[in-house]
Formats: sequence, C-alpha cells, structure tokens
Amino acid sequence: MNTGEQTLDEILTLAAAHFKVPRERLSPDDDFFKILGIDSLQTLDLLTKLENHFRVELPDYELQGVSDFRTLAGKIQARL
Amino acid sequence: MLDLQKYSCLGAALRDALERFGGEICLIEADRDREKTQLTYSDFKEISLPLARALEDAEFDAGDRAAILMTNQSKWLISAYAIFYSGGVLVPLDYKLTAAEQLHLLAHSKAKVLVVEYYLWRAITQSAEFYNIKTKLVLVTEAPLGADLAGGFRWEDFKRKGAPDFVMRQREDVACIVYSSGTGGRPKGCVLTHENYLEQCRALTAWYPFWPGVRYLSILPTNHAIDFMVGFIGPFVCGACVVHLRTLRPEFVRDAFVRYRITYVALVPMIVKNLERGLRAKFDELPGWKRAILNRMIALNRVLTRNKPRVKVSRMLLPQVHRAFGGELLALITGGAFMEPSTMQFFYDLGIPVVNGYGLTEAGTSLTLNDLKPFRADTVGRPLPGVELRVLNPNEEGIGEIAARSKTVMSQYLDDPELTLEAIVDGWLLTGDLGRFDNSGHLQLFGRKKNMIVTEGGKNIYPEDIETVFDGLPVKEYCVFAANYVWPQKEMGQEMLVMALRLEQNQRFDSALLGEITTRNRRLPDFKRVGGYIIWEKDFPRTASMKIKRQALAEEIGKTAERGVVVEL
Repeated sequence: MNTGEQTLDEILTLAAAHFKVPRERLSPDDDFFKILGIDSLQTLDLLTKLENHFRVELPDYELQGVSDFRTLAGKIQARL
Repeated sequence: MLDLQKYSCLGAALRDALERFGGEICLIEADRDREKTQLTYSDFKEISLPLARALEDAEFDAGDRAAILMTNQSKWLISAYAIFYSGGVLVPLDYKLTAAEQLHLLAHSKAKVLVVEYYLWRAITQSAEFYNIKTKLVLVTEAPLGADLAGGFRWEDFKRKGAPDFVMRQREDVACIVYSSGTGGRPKGCVLTHENYLEQCRALTAWYPFWPGVRYLSILPTNHAIDFMVGFIGPFVCGACVVHLRTLRPEFVRDAFVRYRITYVALVPMIVKNLERGLRAKFDELPGWKRAILNRMIALNRVLTRNKPRVKVSRMLLPQVHRAFGGELLALITGGAFMEPSTMQFFYDLGIPVVNGYGLTEAGTSLTLNDLKPFRADTVGRPLPGVELRVLNPNEEGIGEIAARSKTVMSQYLDDPELTLEAIVDGWLLTGDLGRFDNSGHLQLFGRKKNMIVTEGGKNIYPEDIETVFDGLPVKEYCVFAANYVWPQKEMGQEMLVMALRLEQNQRFDSALLGEITTRNRRLPDFKRVGGYIIWEKDFPRTASMKIKRQALAEEIGKTAERGVVVEL
C-alpha cells in the first residue's frame, strides 16, 4: 500500500498531467483552484481520474471544503 | 396538469397530484451509474404518509417549521411533502454551507424539526456551536445502523401506521422560509407564502409546461428556488418525473442525459460552461472534413431556427450532438447567475435552446424568462405572466434599478421589519439590480447597485457575511467589497470580492501579513474567497456608532483608485 507521501506525489503528478501544467509548478499545500485556475466541476473531473488510478470511490461530499492537494491526498489515503 | 387556481396550498395540490398521476413514475434516483430508487406517484404517497403520521404524533402542528438539509435525493421531496401535508412551514437549508453557518440559520428559523443527511449531521454534531442547538426533533437519513446520532432518529425508522390528518393551509399562510443570505451576519429569511409558489408555478408552466413522460434532471440544489420549483412543485403538479443524481461528476451527468432521456434540466452557468468546454474539445478532435460538415450543419441550423426553435429539424441536422444529450432534450434552463451570451448562443446554434431568466429568492423563482420567440442571448427575457417590472430613476440610457410587483414576491424577511421596509416599498420589491427594457420588451441587465457578487455556481455572496473570518487581522481596519460595487461597470460578469486594508501607522504590508490573509481566506469555501486587496491610505469613514460607512468608503475608493491597482490574492 502507498504511504501518504507516495499518494500525495502521485496526485500531484496526475493533476499536472490532467491539466497540462509542469509537475514542478505544483506543491502539496497549493490551493488547486488557484494554481490550476479550475472550478469545482473541473476538480470533480480530476477526482474521477484519481479514483480510477487509486481504485477507490469518494462521494462528492468528501471534497466539500477541500482545496489543497495534501488534504485531498489524506482523503484518498484514508480509503486505500 | 392540475388547475392551480383551485388550490389554497401546496400540500393540497401535491396531494391531488399523487392521486391523479398514481401510476406514473415521479422519482428516479441514481448514484453514479447505479439506479437506487424508482417511485410512482402512488409509491411516493405510500412512503410519505407514514412519515406525516409520525410527525403528527410528534406534535408537529400547523405553522410549525421544519428544516431540510440534504443533497438532492428522493428523501428530500418525500420529507417536504410530509411537512406540507402536516401544515408545516418548510425551511430549505443549503448543504454547501459550513456546519456553523447551518446552525446559525437553523437557530434563526426556529425550526422545530430538522431532516438531515448523515454526513451533514456528523459535521454539525462536531461543530463548536452544537451544544446550542434548540431543534426538538432531528431525523437523520442514511445513517449506518448503530451510529451515534446525538439524540437524532433514523429517518428510515421514523414512521407510524394509520392515516394522518391532512392539514389545510390558506394562500396567505407561510409555505417556506428561504435564506437568501446572512450566514455570517444578519440573516435574510425570505418568507414565501403558498400563494407565492402556486402563482409562480402557474406562470412558469404557462410558458414551459411539463406533462407525464417529461423527465427533469435535478442537479441544482433543491434548496435553491429554481430546483424547488422546476425540480419538485412544477413536475409534480403535471405528473412528470424528476431524476436525481447523487453526484455532480461531469461524466455521470452526461451519462444521465442519455440513460434517462432527459427532457429538461436547470443548470447554473458554471455547469453549462463545463458542457460547452467538453463539446468544443470533442469538436476539435474531429478530422478536418468532419469538422467542416459539422460547421455547415450548425450554420444551417442557425438559419432555420432564427425565429423559433425547431427541435426536430435540429435533431436531424445534428444527430450526434443530440444523441449525446439523450435525444429528447427540449431546453437547458439556466439561472442563478449571469450567463455569457456566447455560451447560450453556442447551445442554441446546436439546436438546444437555452432558457435564461432573471429572478431572486425574494421574488419566488423567476421574474422574467426567455420565451424563445425568438431566442435572445443578450437579454434575460420578458416578464412572466402576472409580473410587473419597472425601471426606477432611469438615467439617460434608460438604465435604473429594477422594481418588481407580483403575487410571487415574498411577504417579508423573517423577524426583520426594518429590512423588509427597505426591500419592499409601496408593494414594489426593490431588486438592487440595474437594467432596462429594449424595444421588444426584453429586460437587459447592467450590473447591480448592491454590494454583493453572484458566482457562476449561482451563489449570492455578501461581503458582510464573510468578513468574520478576518476578525482580528493585524491591521488598523479592513472592509470587503464587491469589486463592481466600488468600480461600477455597465455589464455583468467579472465579479470578485476585494478587501480594502488600512494599515497601522508605520506598518508595512509584509509577507507575514499576506500569509495571514491567505490562510484565513482559505478557511472560506472556494466560491466565497476574496480575490484581491487594495491598501488604503486614509481612515475609513464611520458612523457615530463606529460602523464603517461602506457606501461612502466604496465611493471614495472608486473615485480615487483604478480597479487595476487591486493586487490579486
């Protein structure tokens, strides 16, 4: 099973690929709405990608109030 | 549909609808691609009456208030019907607010009953303010067996045998209390009567009727005025079907259009733009020759639908596009926020009419609507039947504040006569929005005079409501504004919140202060965050009681500084 840090690292890599930004531009505590310039629906799109990658299912409400990669990684890690 | 003129309250109209359309499907609930529930009107009645009976036994009486705090689902509507059946007043609360905000509004509404989804109840019970809750009866949906409900009851078990007494209400009685703002400050609870809703429903269905067989996809939160009307009351009194999806994931939303052959859907601009982005990306992937054919078909469709929508023609010309939306979509209804005309035109040119309108919670659901005769992307349509609109103190261009008079306008703000007197003057609701009518009677909007923003997701954000998160900020004083309130512009859009900061003498705006502001800002939900700041060199004007004179300060800033000096956060 992934460690929390591995999960976080994979999320950053997947987010960078999905939104076509250089991986090095993203940091764990970044506000992903701001750094990626995305809205909440695009975040849900990303979440689907992450679910498929990690083979977990997260209800939409788990994402309510989440806006940085580290917290998001914590939510996913809790379900691995 | 039912003749709503004959009814004195929503409960009576819904009760007759359940009898009249008994065998028709009224609700479908799906979670992702898994269908969870499919109910006929008779099934709906069978499930809701034992709940109404249990409420009756719990001494829930006529005029008592019951709040609902749930994401869109069948239990929302079942609970609402049981509340109306019992003569109760419904308080729909926004599930996207924080637990503290929900508790604040719950207390203000004095609701005796709360129907709440388990995950939201869990957050409320963990809130620091929970000890203060006064609600007598809490019904929790979808709670795991054995979960500690902190005094609440499982919704699924809260039922009694035997026929409950139907409690009739009159048209002037209160049906709902809907909060349009005030989560962090002064709550604005719009008191809406049964007449408000019955007349709104009559007006809307006169232009856009539902009928048995129509399937409406409910995506906007049901606590929002639009979905409450077009995703509950409207379809039910016409025998139509409401489809709930327990996720907003774009791929499942797209799938639901096809799976359930959706007829109507109401969406906020953010979702419509997401759909547009998806379609444009698909179009861009087409080989050149296919793209050329598509462009020709779109151009032909534009010509053929210039005067009115012709769905059959459009479906023939652009079959793939229409198949992607299930093949039976008649219109996308949009509301809640400003929509880019280019996005509306994009869909209309594909043969999918976009019905936009203008309304506010204080006026029920909608005051104007595009009647598509012909489609106009540059306006918010004409006043609905029974709605009178006036432009107050128009300037040389005919632009002024819009005032509305209609049977759909709320009676008052709950427990706030002062605010009510400011909002409703001589029977006219002052909307705070600026507009004018064109020669064909269409309303065009030109911004607002209120200090607020409306997000693309349809959320009204008042600066006063979010300022508390910055309490104790180490500066001399600060004040949050809607940028367009400080720097008025004659168009909609480009909305953001801006913070004016007055530093202490000799204080410098350093990275520590920026970090403090950013950290606090991120405690707010993303759609409520302040977008930028401006350093102001003078003390803020204040009243005798030391309150900031917001309007005077906004005018002073607007006159002295350019919008361009705002530093993005």
